[in-house]
Amino acid sequence: MELPRASDILGTLAESIRNKLTEDTVLVGIHTGGAWIAEALHRMLGLSTPLGMLDISFYRDDFEQIGLHPEVKPSDIPFDVDGADILLVDDVLYTGRTVRAAINELFDYGRPARIRLAVLVDRGGRELPIEPTFSGFHLDLDRPIDLLRNENGELELRLRGHAKTDQ
Amino acid sequence: MQRQINKNGELQHLLTIEGLPPSMLHHILDTAESFVSVTEREVKKVPLLRGKAIFNLFFEPSTRTRTTFEIAAKRLSADVINLNISASSQSKGETLLDTVNNLSAMHADMFIVRHAMSGAAHLIADHVAPEIHVINAGDGRHAHPTQALLDMYTIRHFKRHFHELKVAIVGDIMHSRVARSQIHALTTLGVPEVRVIAPKTLLPKGVEHLGVHPYHDLAKGLKDVDVLLMLRLQNERMQGALLPSAQEYFKYYGLTPEKLALAKPDAIVMHPGPMNRGIEIDSAVADGPQSVILPQVTFGIAVRMAVMSILAGS
Repeated sequence: MELPRASDILGTLAESIRNKLTEDTVLVGIHTGGAWIAEALHRMLGLSTPLGMLDISFYRDDFEQIGLHPEVKPSDIPFDVDGADILLVDDVLYTGRTVRAAINELFDYGRPARIRLAVLVDRGGRELPIEPTFSGFHLDLDRPIDLLRNENGELELRLRGHAKTDQ
Repeated sequence: MQRQINKNGELQHLLTIEGLPPSMLHHILDTAESFVSVTEREVKKVPLLRGKAIFNLFFEPSTRTRTTFEIAAKRLSADVINLNISASSQSKGETLLDTVNNLSAMHADMFIVRHAMSGAAHLIADHVAPEIHVINAGDGRHAHPTQALLDMYTIRHFKRHFHELKVAIVGDIMHSRVARSQIHALTTLGVPEVRVIAPKTLLPKGVEHLGVHPYHDLAKGLKDVDVLLMLRLQNERMQGALLPSAQEYFKYYGLTPEKLALAKPDAIVMHPGPMNRGIEIDSAVADGPQSVILPQVTFGIAVRMAVMSILAGS
Protein backbone atom coordinates (compact mmCIF):
# COMPACT_ATOMS: atom_id res chain seq x y z
CA MET A 1 0.00 0.00 0.00
CA GLU A 2 1.15 3.48 -0.85
CA LEU A 3 1.35 5.85 2.11
CA PRO A 4 1.21 9.60 1.57
CA ARG A 5 4.33 11.66 2.17
CA ALA A 6 4.60 12.83 5.77
CA SER A 7 5.62 16.33 4.65
CA ASP A 8 2.44 16.67 2.53
CA ILE A 9 0.14 15.63 5.38
CA LEU A 10 2.05 17.89 7.74
CA GLY A 11 1.35 20.84 5.44
CA THR A 12 -2.37 20.00 5.34
CA LEU A 13 -2.43 19.65 9.12
CA ALA A 14 -0.64 22.97 9.66
CA GLU A 15 -3.09 24.79 7.38
CA SER A 16 -6.12 23.31 9.16
CA ILE A 17 -4.74 24.47 12.50
CA ARG A 18 -3.48 27.91 11.45
CA ASN A 19 -6.76 29.83 11.79
CA LYS A 20 -7.85 28.01 14.92
CA LEU A 21 -5.00 29.14 17.15
CA THR A 22 -5.20 31.88 19.75
CA GLU A 23 -2.10 33.88 20.61
CA ASP A 24 -1.82 31.89 23.86
CA THR A 25 -2.07 28.41 22.32
CA VAL A 26 0.85 26.23 23.39
CA LEU A 27 1.89 23.02 21.65
CA VAL A 28 2.73 19.87 23.58
CA GLY A 29 4.16 16.91 21.68
CA ILE A 30 3.98 13.32 22.91
CA HIS A 31 7.38 11.61 22.87
CA THR A 32 8.79 10.63 20.36
CA GLY A 33 6.89 11.04 17.08
CA GLY A 34 4.44 13.57 18.47
CA ALA A 35 7.33 15.73 19.67
CA TRP A 36 8.74 15.78 16.11
CA ILE A 37 5.36 16.82 14.69
CA ALA A 38 4.94 19.47 17.39
CA GLU A 39 8.41 20.87 16.59
CA ALA A 40 7.59 20.97 12.87
CA LEU A 41 4.17 22.62 13.43
CA HIS A 42 5.70 25.13 15.82
CA ARG A 43 8.17 26.14 13.11
CA MET A 44 5.69 26.05 10.19
CA LEU A 45 3.11 28.11 12.08
CA GLY A 46 5.76 30.58 13.24
CA LEU A 47 4.73 30.28 16.88
CA SER A 48 6.62 32.10 19.63
CA THR A 49 4.85 30.37 22.53
CA PRO A 50 6.85 27.71 24.42
CA LEU A 51 6.90 24.13 23.16
CA GLY A 52 6.28 21.30 25.60
CA MET A 53 7.12 17.60 25.51
CA LEU A 54 5.45 14.73 27.37
CA ASP A 55 6.77 11.24 27.98
CA ILE A 56 3.72 9.29 29.12
CA SER A 57 5.65 6.20 30.33
CA PHE A 58 4.61 6.80 33.96
CA TYR A 59 0.93 7.04 32.97
CA ARG A 60 0.57 4.05 30.66
CA ASP A 61 -2.24 1.59 31.44
CA ASP A 62 -0.23 -1.43 30.31
CA PHE A 63 2.54 -1.11 32.95
CA GLU A 64 1.22 -4.31 34.61
CA GLN A 65 1.57 -6.21 31.32
CA ILE A 66 4.77 -4.85 29.85
CA GLY A 67 6.56 -2.96 32.62
CA LEU A 68 8.41 0.29 32.31
CA HIS A 69 9.38 1.51 28.85
CA PRO A 70 13.14 0.95 28.41
CA GLU A 71 13.78 4.53 27.29
CA VAL A 72 11.94 7.00 29.45
CA LYS A 73 12.66 10.65 28.67
CA PRO A 74 11.92 13.49 31.09
CA SER A 75 8.74 15.41 30.35
CA ASP A 76 9.33 19.11 29.78
CA ILE A 77 6.46 21.55 30.24
CA PRO A 78 8.09 25.01 30.23
CA PHE A 79 4.91 27.00 30.97
CA ASP A 80 2.19 27.23 33.60
CA VAL A 81 -0.50 24.66 32.77
CA ASP A 82 -3.11 26.41 34.95
CA GLY A 83 -5.42 28.19 32.53
CA ALA A 84 -3.33 27.24 29.47
CA ASP A 85 -4.81 26.65 26.00
CA ILE A 86 -3.03 23.45 24.98
CA LEU A 87 -2.81 21.78 21.60
CA LEU A 88 -1.68 18.22 22.24
CA VAL A 89 0.18 16.72 19.27
CA ASP A 90 0.81 13.07 18.37
CA ASP A 91 1.94 11.28 15.23
CA VAL A 92 -0.53 8.39 14.97
CA LEU A 93 -3.88 8.15 16.75
CA TYR A 94 -5.06 4.57 17.24
CA THR A 95 -6.68 3.23 20.44
CA GLY A 96 -6.68 6.60 22.21
CA ARG A 97 -4.89 5.17 25.26
CA THR A 98 -1.76 7.28 24.76
CA VAL A 99 -3.87 10.44 24.59
CA ARG A 100 -5.72 9.41 27.75
CA ALA A 101 -2.36 9.02 29.52
CA ALA A 102 -1.13 12.37 28.20
CA ILE A 103 -4.26 14.21 29.38
CA ASN A 104 -3.89 12.65 32.84
CA GLU A 105 -0.25 13.69 32.99
CA LEU A 106 -1.07 17.29 31.94
CA PHE A 107 -3.57 17.55 34.79
CA ASP A 108 -0.78 16.71 37.24
CA TYR A 109 0.89 19.94 36.14
CA GLY A 110 -2.23 22.04 36.65
CA ARG A 111 -5.72 22.73 35.32
CA PRO A 112 -5.64 23.74 31.66
CA ALA A 113 -8.39 25.96 30.24
CA ARG A 114 -8.64 23.77 27.16
CA ILE A 115 -6.91 20.80 25.53
CA ARG A 116 -7.30 20.11 21.81
CA LEU A 117 -5.72 17.25 19.88
CA ALA A 118 -3.85 17.32 16.59
CA VAL A 119 -2.59 14.12 14.95
CA LEU A 120 -0.73 13.49 11.73
CA VAL A 121 -2.55 10.23 10.97
CA ASP A 122 -5.79 8.85 12.39
CA ARG A 123 -5.70 5.11 11.76
CA GLY A 124 -9.04 4.27 13.43
CA GLY A 125 -9.38 1.45 15.96
CA ARG A 126 -10.38 3.59 18.94
CA GLU A 127 -10.90 1.89 22.31
CA LEU A 128 -11.73 5.08 24.19
CA PRO A 129 -14.08 7.99 23.40
CA ILE A 130 -11.26 10.24 22.18
CA GLU A 131 -11.35 12.07 18.83
CA PRO A 132 -8.84 14.41 17.23
CA THR A 133 -9.67 18.09 16.81
CA PHE A 134 -7.32 18.22 13.80
CA SER A 135 -6.10 15.28 11.77
CA GLY A 136 -3.85 15.36 8.71
CA PHE A 137 -4.97 12.10 7.19
CA HIS A 138 -7.48 9.37 7.99
CA LEU A 139 -6.84 5.79 7.03
CA ASP A 140 -8.37 2.65 8.57
CA LEU A 141 -5.44 0.32 9.02
CA ASP A 142 -5.05 -3.08 10.61
CA ARG A 143 -1.28 -2.73 10.80
CA PRO A 144 0.85 -0.40 12.94
CA ILE A 145 2.29 2.63 11.22
CA ASP A 146 5.53 4.28 12.34
CA LEU A 147 6.87 7.77 11.93
CA LEU A 148 10.61 7.91 11.29
CA ARG A 149 12.95 10.89 11.23
CA ASN A 150 16.29 10.85 9.45
CA GLU A 151 19.40 12.85 10.34
CA ASN A 152 18.26 15.73 8.10
CA GLY A 153 15.07 16.03 10.14
CA GLU A 154 12.90 14.65 7.28
CA LEU A 155 9.86 12.69 8.40
CA GLU A 156 8.60 9.51 6.80
CA LEU A 157 5.59 7.27 7.47
CA ARG A 158 6.13 3.55 7.18
CA LEU A 159 3.95 0.47 7.68
CA ARG A 160 5.48 -1.81 10.26
CA GLY A 161 6.76 -5.13 8.98
CA HIS A 162 7.53 -3.77 5.50
CA ALA A 163 11.01 -3.74 4.04
CA LYS A 164 12.45 -0.29 3.39
CA THR A 165 11.12 1.05 0.10
CA ASP A 166 13.04 3.31 -2.25
CA GLN A 167 12.53 6.95 -1.55
CA MET B 1 24.68 -12.97 42.20
CA GLN B 2 22.52 -13.59 39.12
CA ARG B 3 19.49 -14.21 41.30
CA GLN B 4 18.68 -10.51 41.02
CA ILE B 5 18.28 -10.77 37.22
CA ASN B 6 15.34 -12.88 35.99
CA LYS B 7 15.26 -15.17 32.97
CA ASN B 8 14.16 -12.29 30.71
CA GLY B 9 17.25 -10.31 31.72
CA GLU B 10 15.21 -7.89 33.83
CA LEU B 11 15.96 -6.76 37.35
CA GLN B 12 13.89 -8.92 39.72
CA HIS B 13 15.51 -7.78 42.99
CA LEU B 14 18.14 -5.17 43.80
CA LEU B 15 20.46 -6.79 46.32
CA THR B 16 23.93 -5.61 45.30
CA ILE B 17 25.62 -3.60 42.58
CA GLU B 18 28.18 -6.35 42.10
CA GLY B 19 27.56 -8.23 38.85
CA LEU B 20 25.08 -5.76 37.35
CA PRO B 21 25.98 -4.75 33.78
CA PRO B 22 26.77 -1.07 33.03
CA SER B 23 23.66 -0.88 30.80
CA MET B 24 21.46 -1.72 33.79
CA LEU B 25 23.06 1.01 35.92
CA HIS B 26 22.64 3.55 33.10
CA HIS B 27 19.01 2.49 32.65
CA ILE B 28 18.34 3.14 36.35
CA LEU B 29 20.08 6.54 36.23
CA ASP B 30 18.26 7.56 33.02
CA THR B 31 14.90 6.58 34.50
CA ALA B 32 15.73 8.52 37.67
CA GLU B 33 16.31 11.62 35.55
CA SER B 34 12.69 11.46 34.38
CA PHE B 35 11.53 11.16 37.98
CA VAL B 36 13.50 14.26 38.99
CA SER B 37 11.25 16.28 36.66
CA VAL B 38 8.17 14.70 38.27
CA THR B 39 9.25 15.84 41.74
CA GLU B 40 9.49 19.43 40.50
CA ARG B 41 5.82 19.55 39.46
CA GLU B 42 2.71 20.77 41.24
CA VAL B 43 1.50 17.17 41.72
CA LYS B 44 4.64 15.25 42.69
CA LYS B 45 3.04 11.87 42.05
CA VAL B 46 2.61 9.47 39.17
CA PRO B 47 0.07 6.59 39.14
CA LEU B 48 2.59 3.87 38.21
CA LEU B 49 2.41 1.70 41.36
CA ARG B 50 -1.21 2.40 42.31
CA GLY B 51 -2.56 -0.38 44.47
CA LYS B 52 0.84 -1.92 45.24
CA ALA B 53 1.81 -2.63 48.85
CA ILE B 54 5.41 -1.85 49.69
CA PHE B 55 6.74 -2.91 53.07
CA ASN B 56 9.66 -1.08 54.63
CA LEU B 57 11.27 -3.80 56.77
CA PHE B 58 13.81 -2.10 58.96
CA PHE B 59 15.53 -4.47 61.36
CA GLU B 60 18.06 -1.73 62.12
CA PRO B 61 17.26 1.90 62.88
CA SER B 62 17.39 4.39 60.03
CA THR B 63 15.61 7.67 59.49
CA ARG B 64 16.85 9.04 56.20
CA THR B 65 16.92 5.87 54.11
CA ARG B 66 13.54 4.70 55.38
CA THR B 67 11.99 8.12 54.84
CA THR B 68 13.33 8.52 51.31
CA PHE B 69 12.06 5.04 50.37
CA GLU B 70 8.69 5.95 51.86
CA ILE B 71 8.52 9.24 49.93
CA ALA B 72 9.63 7.49 46.74
CA ALA B 73 6.93 4.82 47.10
CA LYS B 74 4.25 7.39 47.84
CA ARG B 75 5.24 9.46 44.80
CA LEU B 76 4.66 6.31 42.75
CA SER B 77 1.18 6.07 44.36
CA ALA B 78 2.00 2.83 46.21
CA ASP B 79 0.79 2.09 49.73
CA VAL B 80 3.67 2.04 52.20
CA ILE B 81 3.74 0.09 55.42
CA ASN B 82 6.64 0.87 57.76
CA LEU B 83 7.73 -1.88 60.09
CA ASN B 84 10.31 -1.24 62.73
CA ILE B 85 10.97 -4.87 63.46
CA SER B 86 13.68 -4.58 66.08
CA ALA B 87 10.91 -3.33 68.33
CA SER B 88 8.27 -5.95 67.53
CA SER B 89 8.26 -9.60 66.50
CA GLN B 90 11.99 -10.26 66.73
CA SER B 91 11.92 -9.43 70.41
CA LYS B 92 9.18 -12.06 70.68
CA GLY B 93 11.40 -14.65 69.02
CA GLU B 94 9.97 -14.83 65.46
CA THR B 95 12.52 -15.79 62.79
CA LEU B 96 13.29 -13.54 59.84
CA LEU B 97 11.61 -15.88 57.35
CA ASP B 98 8.50 -16.28 59.52
CA THR B 99 8.17 -12.50 59.60
CA VAL B 100 8.50 -12.35 55.82
CA ASN B 101 6.04 -15.21 55.27
CA ASN B 102 3.47 -13.46 57.43
CA LEU B 103 3.88 -10.23 55.51
CA SER B 104 3.69 -12.08 52.18
CA ALA B 105 0.37 -13.52 53.33
CA MET B 106 -0.79 -9.90 53.64
CA HIS B 107 -0.20 -9.58 49.86
CA ALA B 108 2.99 -7.57 49.87
CA ASP B 109 4.35 -6.64 46.44
CA MET B 110 7.77 -5.40 47.51
CA PHE B 111 10.04 -5.58 50.53
CA ILE B 112 12.64 -2.96 51.32
CA VAL B 113 15.02 -4.54 53.78
CA ARG B 114 17.57 -3.02 56.15
CA HIS B 115 19.33 -5.51 58.42
CA ALA B 116 22.50 -5.60 60.55
CA MET B 117 23.43 -9.02 59.13
CA SER B 118 25.11 -9.27 55.73
CA GLY B 119 23.01 -11.38 53.35
CA ALA B 120 19.64 -10.77 55.04
CA ALA B 121 18.05 -9.32 51.89
CA HIS B 122 19.45 -12.20 49.80
CA LEU B 123 17.93 -14.73 52.20
CA ILE B 124 14.54 -13.05 51.89
CA ALA B 125 14.81 -12.81 48.08
CA ASP B 126 15.51 -16.55 47.96
CA HIS B 127 12.33 -17.37 49.84
CA VAL B 128 9.65 -14.98 48.57
CA ALA B 129 7.12 -15.82 45.84
CA PRO B 130 8.25 -14.93 42.30
CA GLU B 131 5.96 -11.90 42.01
CA ILE B 132 7.49 -10.24 45.11
CA HIS B 133 10.49 -7.94 44.68
CA VAL B 134 13.18 -7.23 47.28
CA ILE B 135 15.38 -4.14 47.59
CA ASN B 136 18.39 -4.24 49.86
CA ALA B 137 18.44 -1.00 51.85
CA GLY B 138 21.66 -1.97 53.63
CA ASP B 139 22.82 -5.34 54.98
CA GLY B 140 25.62 -5.47 57.55
CA ARG B 141 28.96 -4.55 56.00
CA HIS B 142 27.95 -5.96 52.64
CA ALA B 143 25.98 -3.64 50.36
CA HIS B 144 23.77 -0.56 50.12
CA PRO B 145 23.01 -0.46 46.39
CA THR B 146 20.50 2.41 46.27
CA GLN B 147 22.92 4.68 48.16
CA ALA B 148 25.63 3.90 45.60
CA LEU B 149 23.18 4.53 42.74
CA LEU B 150 22.15 7.93 44.09
CA ASP B 151 25.84 8.76 44.50
CA MET B 152 26.41 7.80 40.83
CA TYR B 153 23.43 9.91 39.82
CA THR B 154 24.89 12.88 41.71
CA ILE B 155 28.31 12.39 40.12
CA ARG B 156 26.79 12.16 36.65
CA HIS B 157 24.65 15.24 37.31
CA PHE B 158 27.63 17.39 38.26
CA LYS B 159 30.43 15.80 36.18
CA ARG B 160 28.42 14.52 33.16
CA HIS B 161 30.72 11.52 32.42
CA PHE B 162 32.49 8.82 34.40
CA HIS B 163 35.33 7.88 32.09
CA GLU B 164 37.81 10.63 32.98
CA LEU B 165 37.25 10.96 36.71
CA LYS B 166 39.45 10.44 39.75
CA VAL B 167 37.23 9.53 42.68
CA ALA B 168 38.33 9.16 46.31
CA ILE B 169 36.38 7.36 49.02
CA VAL B 170 37.54 8.60 52.42
CA GLY B 171 36.99 7.08 55.85
CA ASP B 172 35.93 3.83 57.42
CA ILE B 173 36.13 1.56 54.36
CA MET B 174 36.41 -1.53 56.58
CA HIS B 175 32.91 -1.39 58.05
CA SER B 176 31.16 0.43 55.23
CA ARG B 177 28.55 -1.25 53.03
CA VAL B 178 28.23 2.10 51.27
CA ALA B 179 31.91 2.01 50.25
CA ARG B 180 31.61 -1.54 48.87
CA SER B 181 28.63 -0.63 46.75
CA GLN B 182 30.27 2.62 45.62
CA ILE B 183 33.42 0.76 44.52
CA HIS B 184 31.40 -1.73 42.45
CA ALA B 185 29.31 1.04 40.89
CA LEU B 186 32.28 3.27 40.05
CA THR B 187 34.31 0.48 38.46
CA THR B 188 31.27 -0.85 36.55
CA LEU B 189 30.58 2.61 35.14
CA GLY B 190 34.17 2.92 33.94
CA VAL B 191 35.74 5.39 36.39
CA PRO B 192 39.46 4.92 35.59
CA GLU B 193 40.83 5.77 39.03
CA VAL B 194 39.11 4.96 42.32
CA ARG B 195 41.09 5.66 45.49
CA VAL B 196 40.30 4.58 49.03
CA ILE B 197 41.81 6.69 51.80
CA ALA B 198 41.82 5.49 55.42
CA PRO B 199 44.04 4.60 58.35
CA LYS B 200 45.42 1.05 58.13
CA THR B 201 43.02 -0.15 60.82
CA LEU B 202 39.99 0.93 58.75
CA LEU B 203 41.12 -0.38 55.37
CA PRO B 204 40.36 -4.06 54.66
CA LYS B 205 43.28 -6.22 53.54
CA GLY B 206 43.24 -6.98 49.83
CA VAL B 207 41.01 -4.01 48.98
CA GLU B 208 43.14 -3.41 45.87
CA HIS B 209 41.64 -6.60 44.38
CA LEU B 210 38.42 -4.61 43.94
CA GLY B 211 40.30 -2.41 41.47
CA VAL B 212 40.99 0.53 43.81
CA HIS B 213 44.17 2.30 44.92
CA PRO B 214 44.67 2.42 48.71
CA TYR B 215 46.15 5.52 50.41
CA HIS B 216 46.90 6.13 54.07
CA ASP B 217 47.84 9.78 53.62
CA LEU B 218 44.85 12.05 52.98
CA ALA B 219 46.96 14.80 51.35
CA LYS B 220 48.47 12.40 48.81
CA GLY B 221 45.18 10.66 48.16
CA LEU B 222 43.27 13.86 47.45
CA LYS B 223 45.69 15.22 44.86
CA ASP B 224 43.85 16.01 41.58
CA VAL B 225 40.67 14.26 42.68
CA ASP B 226 37.34 15.22 40.98
CA VAL B 227 34.94 13.64 43.45
CA LEU B 228 35.28 13.04 47.22
CA LEU B 229 32.99 10.46 48.76
CA MET B 230 33.19 10.91 52.51
CA LEU B 231 32.04 8.10 54.81
CA ARG B 232 30.53 8.39 58.25
CA LEU B 233 32.89 7.38 61.05
CA GLN B 234 30.82 5.07 63.15
CA ASN B 235 31.31 6.13 66.74
CA GLU B 236 31.19 2.58 67.99
CA ARG B 237 34.55 1.98 66.24
CA MET B 238 36.23 4.21 68.80
CA GLN B 239 35.70 1.64 71.49
CA GLY B 240 37.19 -1.14 69.38
CA ALA B 241 40.75 0.24 69.67
CA LEU B 242 40.78 0.85 65.90
CA LEU B 243 41.26 4.59 66.46
CA PRO B 244 42.90 6.49 69.31
CA SER B 245 40.31 9.31 69.45
CA ALA B 246 37.88 11.32 67.37
CA GLN B 247 40.15 14.36 67.66
CA GLU B 248 43.11 12.49 66.26
CA TYR B 249 41.01 11.08 63.44
CA PHE B 250 39.87 14.59 62.53
CA LYS B 251 43.45 15.82 62.58
CA TYR B 252 44.61 13.23 60.03
CA TYR B 253 41.48 12.29 58.05
CA GLY B 254 38.92 15.05 58.69
CA LEU B 255 38.10 17.02 55.54
CA THR B 256 38.94 20.69 56.13
CA PRO B 257 38.97 23.49 53.52
CA GLU B 258 42.80 23.32 53.50
CA LYS B 259 42.77 19.60 52.65
CA LEU B 260 39.98 20.02 50.10
CA ALA B 261 42.17 22.60 48.33
CA LEU B 262 44.50 19.73 47.36
CA ALA B 263 41.80 18.23 45.15
CA LYS B 264 40.80 19.78 41.79
CA PRO B 265 39.33 23.29 42.19
CA ASP B 266 35.94 22.07 40.91
CA ALA B 267 35.91 18.88 42.98
CA ILE B 268 32.58 17.98 44.59
CA VAL B 269 32.17 16.65 48.13
CA MET B 270 29.57 14.02 48.94
CA HIS B 271 28.49 12.28 52.14
CA PRO B 272 25.80 9.60 52.63
CA GLY B 273 24.77 11.04 56.01
CA PRO B 274 24.30 11.31 58.85
CA MET B 275 27.40 13.52 59.13
CA ASN B 276 29.66 13.79 62.14
CA ARG B 277 30.73 17.42 61.88
CA GLY B 278 34.18 17.92 63.31
CA ILE B 279 35.07 14.22 63.01
CA GLU B 280 35.14 13.24 59.33
CA ILE B 281 34.12 16.60 57.86
CA ASP B 282 34.57 20.23 58.85
CA SER B 283 31.41 22.37 58.85
CA ALA B 284 33.11 24.84 56.49
CA VAL B 285 33.31 22.03 53.89
CA ALA B 286 29.92 20.45 54.62
CA ASP B 287 28.20 23.82 54.15
CA GLY B 288 30.64 25.12 51.54
CA PRO B 289 30.23 25.72 47.80
CA GLN B 290 31.74 22.36 46.78
CA SER B 291 29.36 20.33 48.94
CA VAL B 292 26.56 18.51 47.06
CA ILE B 293 25.34 16.65 50.13
CA LEU B 294 21.79 18.04 50.02
CA PRO B 295 21.30 17.44 46.26
CA GLN B 296 22.29 13.82 47.02
CA VAL B 297 19.26 13.53 49.30
CA THR B 298 16.92 15.00 46.66
CA PHE B 299 18.29 12.76 43.91
CA GLY B 300 18.00 9.78 46.27
CA ILE B 301 14.21 9.95 46.06
CA ALA B 302 14.20 9.95 42.24
CA VAL B 303 16.71 7.07 42.13
CA ARG B 304 14.61 4.99 44.52
CA MET B 305 11.49 5.74 42.43
CA ALA B 306 13.39 4.48 39.40
CA VAL B 307 14.52 1.26 41.10
CA MET B 308 11.03 0.52 42.46
CA SER B 309 9.31 1.10 39.13
CA ILE B 310 11.84 -0.96 37.17
CA LEU B 311 11.47 -3.86 39.65
CA ALA B 312 7.67 -3.65 39.78
CA GLY B 313 7.52 -3.73 35.98
CA SER B 314 9.71 -6.82 35.58
